[in-house]
Parts: sequence; structure tokens; C-alpha cells
Amino acid sequence: MTLNDLQETKAKELATRKKIVLRCCLAAGCISSDAKGVKEQLVKAVAEAGLQDEVEVRGVGCMKLCCEGPLVQADPSNALYIKVTPDNAPAIIAALKGGKVALQQADPNSPFFTKQEPIVLANCGLIDPERIESYIAADGYLALHDAIVEMEPKDVLDAMVKSGLRGRGGAGFPTGLKWGTVAKSPGARKYVICNADEGDPGAFMDRSVLESDPHAILEGMVIAGYAVGADQGYIYCRAEYPLAITRLQKAIHQAKRLGLLGAGIFESPINFNIDIRIGAGAFVCGEETALMASVEGKRGTPRPRPPFPAERGLFDCPTLINNVETFANVAPILRRGVEWFAGIGTEKSKGTKVFALAGKIQNTGLIEVPMGTPLRTIVEEMGGGAPDGGKIKAVQTGGPSGGCIPAQHLDTPVDYESLTQLGSIMGSGGMIVMDETTRMVDVARFFMEFCMDESCGKCIPCRAGTVQMHHLLVKLLAREANARDLAQLEELCDMVKNTSLCGLGQTSPNPVLSTLRFFREEYEELLQPDPHAVPQLAAKP
Amino acid sequence: MAAKTLTIDGTQISAENHTSILQAAKEAGVKIPTLCHLEGVYDVGACRLCLVEVKGSNKLMPACTTRIYEGMEVTTDNERLQKYRRMTLELLFAERNHVCAVCVANGHCELQALAYELGMDHVRYDYCYPKWGVDASHRFMGMDHNRCILCQRCVRVCWHIEGAGTKNVSGRGSKSHIISDLNEPWGNSTTCTSCGKCLLACPTGALFHKGDTAGESLRDRSKLEFIVNAREKQQWTV
Repeated sequence: MTLNDLQETKAKELATRKKIVLRCCLAAGCISSDAKGVKEQLVKAVAEAGLQDEVEVRGVGCMKLCCEGPLVQADPSNALYIKVTPDNAPAIIAALKGGKVALQQADPNSPFFTKQEPIVLANCGLIDPERIESYIAADGYLALHDAIVEMEPKDVLDAMVKSGLRGRGGAGFPTGLKWGTVAKSPGARKYVICNADEGDPGAFMDRSVLESDPHAILEGMVIAGYAVGADQGYIYCRAEYPLAITRLQKAIHQAKRLGLLGAGIFESPINFNIDIRIGAGAFVCGEETALMASVEGKRGTPRPRPPFPAERGLFDCPTLINNVETFANVAPILRRGVEWFAGIGTEKSKGTKVFALAGKIQNTGLIEVPMGTPLRTIVEEMGGGAPDGGKIKAVQTGGPSGGCIPAQHLDTPVDYESLTQLGSIMGSGGMIVMDETTRMVDVARFFMEFCMDESCGKCIPCRAGTVQMHHLLVKLLAREANARDLAQLEELCDMVKNTSLCGLGQTSPNPVLSTLRFFREEYEELLQPDPHAVPQLAAKP
Repeated sequence: MAAKTLTIDGTQISAENHTSILQAAKEAGVKIPTLCHLEGVYDVGACRLCLVEVKGSNKLMPACTTRIYEGMEVTTDNERLQKYRRMTLELLFAERNHVCAVCVANGHCELQALAYELGMDHVRYDYCYPKWGVDASHRFMGMDHNRCILCQRCVRVCWHIEGAGTKNVSGRGSKSHIISDLNEPWGNSTTCTSCGKCLLACPTGALFHKGDTAGESLRDRSKLEFIVNAREKQQWTV
């Protein structure tokens, strides 16, 4: 494969495009409501109407408005059909000819779509994730060519530093700095790992990206491998994402066939292989050291850092480990320029962030907004507020490691620092909206149960501390706890936070701490009088 | 073999490069409480009792796995650390069924000794009273899961000193437990060499020699270190 071949493939793909494209969402969410049947019937209806030469029915990735799936969008008319059933297929074809048909439609010009700034999701819902040509037609693998053929590894590292991209896994570590550290670490063998072990309750950003645009991840990883000097990559994906895994396998196979992966990429001496490792369902394997232990075939438990993976990681070699969304940002940065990327977002948080909007909100689905967008814009304008005229009470970000942001702080801009200040974290992108009917102690208990079940059992504070914290929360909800129990809960939160071995334990008290901070009265309402309290002595006359 | 100078609890000491804080402190006569650490095998930093404060870091560092550096300032003992250590012990006592009075390790149990030493005189948490069993299928050794604190010392000696790889951990979180082979009764294990190193390593009465009285079940842990030193450094004296 050379640049010419790449351009030829693109031209050929564009030349075969038909006038009208019916894009049919084939991501896991829509498939679960029979999107495959919809696509089949659409193909059939097109054939019956004799429109094969004019209309293309294309299976695409996530079209973002997940709550209204299955979704079908027509190009160029832009009509977006929602809740499509296979029976609707003839009506959709009839509508193409200008007929007036009663089909449920969503407004593609609503704030949910117009306020988005797609970089990571740029190809989501547009290209066919199962065909590499579709990705190449959207300028895919151009950045890889530029990086390998025209740039030195040092230039790629410089670009990443200048872009200001920060890790999208949650902690926000500067990506350029991490790549630079791995590149500088001495070692004959180095590895690149993509962390696709997305496990936060309510989060599905990484799954959607993998299902909708798998080649973008591969391209990002190869560029990373070139920049840090690695020739082997691993994608660690959880087994609960079978569709993502299938599409990744297909993508790897196609990229290898075209010489974009494997030996001699773009006919250069650069080699890079990618293998998939499938997780067995442990949440803690999203923690980088546990993930690497799992890739090595060991029990997935974390180990103390330092040494950091950049210095000693997989098989004791320097290892670069980034999240799916981080890798998805790499190719667009190189293709569209560092300045363009650095111009988006806030001073300290550049670019965009993908969120999975879920919970008590009208429009659940996938959104990508520039950093610094106020939470209010996301939940009220884009999300359409709580359903049935309810009032939003809080927004939970960061999953079990994050916290609840109360409604009075909805004007907070979404960036790493602001969310941390409020006792939450950016996290990987799960955003759960809660309305007035949600009891915050319930929320805290739910997340504590999650952490308790998912603790790996290695260190005592997390293994036994989460059990005790969960027990106290259950006691509280059963109205059997008193002020001393609450004090004990707070003391445990502090202890587990400061003494646990890995991030899972250290952040497990966050949902309790943040709800205590903003909704303390809900805890106090549940308290019972202390039977052993020392009675107050009456003041002497 | 460069040496580094560091300060531990206000006293300046020097130690060999690449030693851990724990090792350096031990050489300087400062005792840091530990449970999962065992001389002779590598450290995992799991029990969190040896956490110390290091100036310039806002996180507590495990003394067993943190390497020293020039000019490091370490605090191994203060009110906050004591409180955390006592709480860790309380959590352990509440987690499984530790009843000293009827335990074979009574009087020479590291968990019990630490509780005395750190002044953990009562447990404020509700006991979990889990129903763990006893594996007495082995000819002359037994495993009482009720007394296990999951320090994984037995696992480490089994893999890295004996090289048998019989012991392992199964399950997650509070359901974690030590298993033999692929979760079979210990007596059925085909890999166990019955060397008894796990018994020497166990800090509590979880692993015991059948028929031993409390007075007889003293463990000479220096044997483990002796084996490792003899093998790796060709040193035949302790």
C-alpha cells in the first residue's frame, strides 16, 4: 500500500456511491431492537421498488440518539426516522420518492445534534464499520501515512504534546507526556495497549466507538507504536462486547490485508501487530496494572505503582496504555493539525469529550461536546431535561469512582479541573442524570455494592472496607443507624480512600463522599436516636 | 553499590541503593508493622499496614515496595498512620472468624501480636461471621479459611521458593480465598509436595500442622529466608 493506492481506494469507493444512502444503525443498542431486520427489509424494499442503482442501504455504527432506536437516516434529505420496525421499510422507500408518509421522525437540527462537535465520533453513523474502504473514503489511514512516511517519531510526539490531548480514561494525564516517557524508557521491546475494558455502570462510549469506527482505534495505535518504538499492540476488550470484538477482528484482518498493519506498513520498515485480548468480566481489569497482569495471563490484580507502566509494564517492558477514546483522537489530530485541535476546548482541557447520557433524561444516547461545555447545556438543552416535566436533582459522572453533582452546580463547565473541584471526576464518560425521585443514599449504596463486588480482594482496605461501608449504608437505609454509624462511615471513607492499593479502592468512597457533601440532609433524615448516647446533664441552677 | 542517605522519623540513616523503605528502616532499627511482607519472597504491598508518609508525596506509600532515594524524608509513625493501621486490623478481625481463644496460633500469631502492639483493643465494626470451611483433606496439614487474612504469603512461597504452584487465590473481593490446584481439596492435589513451607509462612492459624497444640505450633520463618539465601546468594548461614 502506498499513498497512491490509498487515494485510489478512496476514489474508487466514492465513485461507487449511489445518489441516495439510507444509513441504518447497526450498533449493539439498535440491533437489540431488531435493526438487522430493518436493514434486511430495506434492502428488499429497495429491490422491489427497482431502485438498486439509486439507493444504497448501508449498515453504519451508532447514530447517537440511542433511546429512539432503531434509527434510519436518509442522505441527502437528512430525514431521521426513529423507532423503525421492519414493516416500515416500504414506507421509508416511498418517502424517498417524495411521498408523504406517517413515520416517526426526529429533528436532525435539534440541539442534541447541533451542539455536538464530532471528532472521535466523526465517522460514527456515517461509515460502514465492517468495510475498510468506507473508512479510507473518509480519509482514514491518511494520518498514519503522514506519520510513518513524512514524520520522525519525535515529530509525532511533539504533535501530541502540542495538541494538549489528555487521557480520556478519566484521570486526564497528558497524552504527549505519557508517550514521551515510554519513548524515552530504555528497552528492546515495548508495547502499546488499548484499554477497552469499559465497565462503569451506564457507560457505553468506548463500545460505540469500537462498534462504529474500529479502524480509527487501529490507526491511533499504530501511530502510537511508531512514536514510542513499539511493534506489538494489544486491545483489551471486555467479553461483554461481542459485536465490538467481531468488528475489531474484521478490521484487523482487513488492515493487515492492505498492508496497513503487520509487517512493512506503507512499504516502510515499520512493523506493528495488534492482537485482541478478551477480559473475563472483572471491573478491576480496567485498572492498568491489573489489565497488564490479565494480558500476561495472570490473575487480574493491581500492583503498587511506581514503577509505572511507562517504565516497567507488560512483561516488564515499557508499555504505553491509553483508553479507546484517546486513541480515537490521534488520527484526527495529525490529519487536521495540532492548532485546530488545541483551539477546541478550554485552556487546560483541549478537544472534546464523549459522554454516554443515561438515566432520567429525555434523550439518552451518545454525545460529543467541546470541553468546557456547561453541564446545563448537556442535560437541559441536548438531553431535553428530565422526562415527564420532572426536575433534575443531580448528575453523576465518573461511575463508581465519580461523584454526584447537584443541580445548583449545573453551570459548571465540563473539564477535568472543574469536576474534580466538585468532588467528582471526568471519568471515562458515563453521565447518569437523576431526578427528584432519586434517593441519594440509594445511589451511594448502589455504587458501594458495585465496588464491593468488584474489589479484587488483594488489599485489606478495599476488600474489607467496602463491605463495612456497604453494611453501614444498608443499615442507614433500613433506618437502623445512628449518628455514630454515620461518623464511622465517614471515617471509613477517609481510611479506604487514603490506604487502598489501586484506583478502584481509592475512589470507591467518592459516591458516598460527594453525596454527603451536597445531600447530607438525606443521610441525617434516616438517622435514629443513639440508644447509648450519654444523656445531657441538666444545667445546675 | 552506591549508598543513599535518607531521613526516617527525623534520624538520618544511610542504606544501599535499591533497598525498600522497609529494609532501610529495619537496618536502622525502626520497626514498621507488616503482615504480607515475608523475608525471602518478593513483596506485593497488599496489607497496607506498612504505609508511611513520604515528604513531597500526598499519597501514603507502602514501605515494602517503595524504593529509597537520596534525601527522602519518611515518617513511619504518627497519629494518622496509627489510626489507619488500627482500622486495618479492625477490618481484618471483623472480616472472618478470628477467635484467639480457640486458635492453634494463639500466642504466636502475627495478627494477634500486631493488635496488641498497635493498641487495637476492640473492634467497632459489625462482625461478618462468614461461613468458611476447613480443608483437612491433606495427610498432615490443614487449612482453616476462617482464620485466613489473604496475605498470600503461602501462595508466594509455594510458587517462588518451592516452585510447586499448588496454592492460589480464587474468587473476588470478600469472596477471595486460597485454593489448592484448581480449587480441589488439598489432599487431592497432584502438585503439592507436602513441603510445609506454606505453614512456615502463614502469619495466623489458617495453615496448621494437624495434631499440633498451640504450644507446639511455633513457626521458624527464618528457614524460608535461609533457603532463599542459600540458593540465590550461596550463603549457608542465616
